[in-house]
Amino acid sequence: MTALQVVFLIIAVVTLGAALMVVTTRNLVHAALWLVVTLFGVAVLYVLLDAGFLAVAQVIIYIGAIAILFIFAVMLTRRVASDNIPQTNNNWGWAALVAVVFLGGLAWVLRPWQGFSTQASELSSRADPLRELGQALVSPNAYVIPFEVASVLLLAALIGAIMVAWERK
Amino acid sequence: MIPLSWYLMLAAGLFSVGLFGVLARKNAVAILMGVELMLNAVNVNLVAFWRYRTPEVIAGQAFAIIVFAVAAAEVAVGLALIISIYRRRNTVVADEIDMLKL
Amino acid sequence: MATETIIWLIPLPPLLAFFLIVLFTNRSKWLSHTVAIGAALLSWLGSMIVFFRALAVEHFGEHIFASSIPWLATGETQFRIGVQIDPLSAATLFFVAWTVLMIFLYSVGYHNFGQPKGDHDRPGLQPHGATVSDAHGHTHTVPSIEPMYSRFFAFIGLFAFGMYTLVVSDNLLTLFVGWEIMGLCSYLLIGFWYAKPTARAAMIKAFITTRVGDMFMLLGLAYLYSQTGTLNYREIFYNQEVLNHLAETPSVIVGLSTAGLIGILLFFGTIGKSAQWPLHVWLPDAMEGPTPVSAMIHAATMVSAGVYFAIRIFPLVSAGSEHGMTSVMSVMAFIGAFTALFAATIALAQNDIKRVLAYSTISQLGYMIAALGIGAYVAAAFHLITHAFFKALLFLGSGSVIHGMEHGVLHTGSHIDPQDMFNMGGLRKKMPVTFWTFLIGGFALSGFPLVTAGFWSKDEILADAWGHGHFLVFATLALAALLTAFYTMRQITLTFFGEPRTEAAHHAQETPWTMTLPLAILAVFSVAAGWVGVPEHFPGLGGLLPNWFHGFVGGTLLEHPEAVAFNAVPLLTSLVVALGGLYLGWLVYRGTTAGAQDPIQKAVPGLHRVLKNKYYFDELYDRIFVQPAYWLAESFTSAWMDRGVIDGFLHWVAMVSGIIGNALRNYIDKPVINGIIGDGTANVVRKFGFTLRGIQTGRIQQYMIGALVTLIFFSALFYYLIFIP
Repeated sequence: MTALQVVFLIIAVVTLGAALMVVTTRNLVHAALWLVVTLFGVAVLYVLLDAGFLAVAQVIIYIGAIAILFIFAVMLTRRVASDNIPQTNNNWGWAALVAVVFLGGLAWVLRPWQGFSTQASELSSRADPLRELGQALVSPNAYVIPFEVASVLLLAALIGAIMVAWERK
Repeated sequence: MIPLSWYLMLAAGLFSVGLFGVLARKNAVAILMGVELMLNAVNVNLVAFWRYRTPEVIAGQAFAIIVFAVAAAEVAVGLALIISIYRRRNTVVADEIDMLKL
Repeated sequence: MATETIIWLIPLPPLLAFFLIVLFTNRSKWLSHTVAIGAALLSWLGSMIVFFRALAVEHFGEHIFASSIPWLATGETQFRIGVQIDPLSAATLFFVAWTVLMIFLYSVGYHNFGQPKGDHDRPGLQPHGATVSDAHGHTHTVPSIEPMYSRFFAFIGLFAFGMYTLVVSDNLLTLFVGWEIMGLCSYLLIGFWYAKPTARAAMIKAFITTRVGDMFMLLGLAYLYSQTGTLNYREIFYNQEVLNHLAETPSVIVGLSTAGLIGILLFFGTIGKSAQWPLHVWLPDAMEGPTPVSAMIHAATMVSAGVYFAIRIFPLVSAGSEHGMTSVMSVMAFIGAFTALFAATIALAQNDIKRVLAYSTISQLGYMIAALGIGAYVAAAFHLITHAFFKALLFLGSGSVIHGMEHGVLHTGSHIDPQDMFNMGGLRKKMPVTFWTFLIGGFALSGFPLVTAGFWSKDEILADAWGHGHFLVFATLALAALLTAFYTMRQITLTFFGEPRTEAAHHAQETPWTMTLPLAILAVFSVAAGWVGVPEHFPGLGGLLPNWFHGFVGGTLLEHPEAVAFNAVPLLTSLVVALGGLYLGWLVYRGTTAGAQDPIQKAVPGLHRVLKNKYYFDELYDRIFVQPAYWLAESFTSAWMDRGVIDGFLHWVAMVSGIIGNALRNYIDKPVINGIIGDGTANVVRKFGFTLRGIQTGRIQQYMIGALVTLIFFSALFYYLIFIP
């Protein structure tokens, strides 16, 4: 086992553990905080995957915006004395079953695939993922349109969110 | 070195956990947290495949960026909806929001 | 107008009258009788024209009036119907036209036209008188008008049609049609007063008894048709080959030729229709009908039709034996002579004025048939015609007497039987016209010498019997003639001579001109009709008047019958029996007082009782035929077969249907169709609905779980089906 693998395992455990805590804890604020941990774990994974920009973007966007948004939402929709009741509904058995089957199914399907155990290839030194990503996102031959559309989407979401949550007086 | 399978299994596990959260949680906000977990799992998957299969083509990362944007938009709108519903019905328990029932 | 056309038209006016009265003029009594009498007049006129034209033809028997039209094509043969007037039917037409017209006219007065409506009169019952008050306020009862006046004229119109059809027909089939129409009208008219139980019984008895005769007659007609292929007179009775063929072929009965068997079967029709023994029982009961009916149907025309028919088929009956007696003729002679004597004895003991005449009719018809039986063709026809006139006269006269008596009954309010001769007496002073005409008729019936028609015709029969050596027949007929004269004088003496024996007879009154005029006219015929048949060799008068009748009617046959040679014995016999009988009758009954017993009854009570009860023939027939028929109808057919078997079967069918129905209802309809298909479908749908409703909770997480489970399942399915292989 190489050091990389150990690191990976630790990160994996942390991430998965935090994820489990997100979905099982009774206190919603705790859940949001565990979510933050999970997102951090994922950011570290990105680093491991040589996607540095994505890691940073993950931290900024997910943790900095989304997780905060979650905390806001939890705060805004608080009910009195609701922190100790179980947070799982009546169908949690079925849900667990489905989740496990999904996992099992995915594993089962992926195993015969010969690409399953490939090792990572060496990145070419010439490559600069960040610059390529930047160029890809604004280049007309590449992904400028999805980029712009994503922008419009964000705008729409922004306006939509405001409209939906506008408090009518 | 880390085989691709480890990343994929991690992503699958994260996805399953998120799925469980979506299906089994009462609070609507908690459900959205589960959705976030799933999206993150997808992203991990994407980036892993990019790195291991086609690292010279940047499409994987671009895809992941777009997913980020979409996830953010979705969370914003979703939470806005939840807050709106909370204001109307004074509840965020998903089981109590059953106006689709006949 | 051509004679043949007139002949075709003769039967039609009365038929038209029938329809007009029934459909239109029923309400108006005056209009109905006018239509009827008008029709009778037209037919009479036609008949007279035809008759006188027939007289003008030389050897009319060979040059008859005939006309026929093709009617029915039956395979290769062509059925023709038509009319024919030969000497026999011309003479018949003459007397039928006169008697029908006289009786139609008489009916107007008989049914009291012009009188007020009765107090308690109802249709179906005899009219019973109306109370009228005169200028001084006295009320008394007078005869009332018949409520069913128009109906009577309609029926006698239909009857006249039947008789005319029979007379003018040229074949046995249309003769039979007329025969049956008259049978129907006889039935309807005997039971004219249908509310009276005795009338109802009498009408049925008449119809059924004549039906027995008609049945055999129809068999005879069918047999004849099958043997010869035709029913036309000309082709059978005037065709020597056909007659010989029939006389020579043996029939199914050993010893009898085809002609003989057919003759006997056809003769049965005459026995029924002319009330000969043994089918005589209906005629006396037929007196229940109104007197014009008795006169017309049961004296002058319908019963005469039986004899006319027998005369018609005489060539067939006499075929096979030249001038001798065939077996059929022997049967006819026996039955005729026997009936003549038999009925005459019964007439001696009858007290009802109409019954005496009824038995007298039976007896006289027996004379005619006996005459035919011994081969005296012309004599039989002669007697038929004279008898029609004087018998009609006698019946109408008796009707007049009864009317006068009823007037007296109503006037005095007594409840005696106006038809019983022992309640009458002295009516010659009260009803002179009736008396004189009745006397003439009675003398004619008895055969009073020279001045009455009956003498000439009866004498000829007796002469023929003696002349051809049929001594038994001669003796029987002579005895019957004696009895005839006796009971006729008995009747006249009791009715008209002496003093009135009851109050009602005292107050009797002459009848109106509509009734006495026909009596007078018929009296003329009763006197004069005989003079056309005076035999050639009659002492004194013979040769003065030609025996026109013999020449005329005798020409009907293929071979002109020869007149019998004159012999003094039959002439003397008929004089003795006629005058002797009349004298005896007057002698015995002239002193009858009120409440007195019949002298015969006093002398021989046992014999008298047997005679009065008509030799108990009615009781015998009742025992042999009527009771078994009733038993068969009630016990066997009605109770057992109809109610038991047929109704039982139907009940069983109903029960089975009920069971099947219930079973179907309870085991198939309700559980299966209603339950499973009907309610069941609804229930299943409801349960499904309820169950499936549970899916729609509105909870999105549950929807998602469902979707994911489905997705996993199908993914696995496709994976294993598609990707692995």
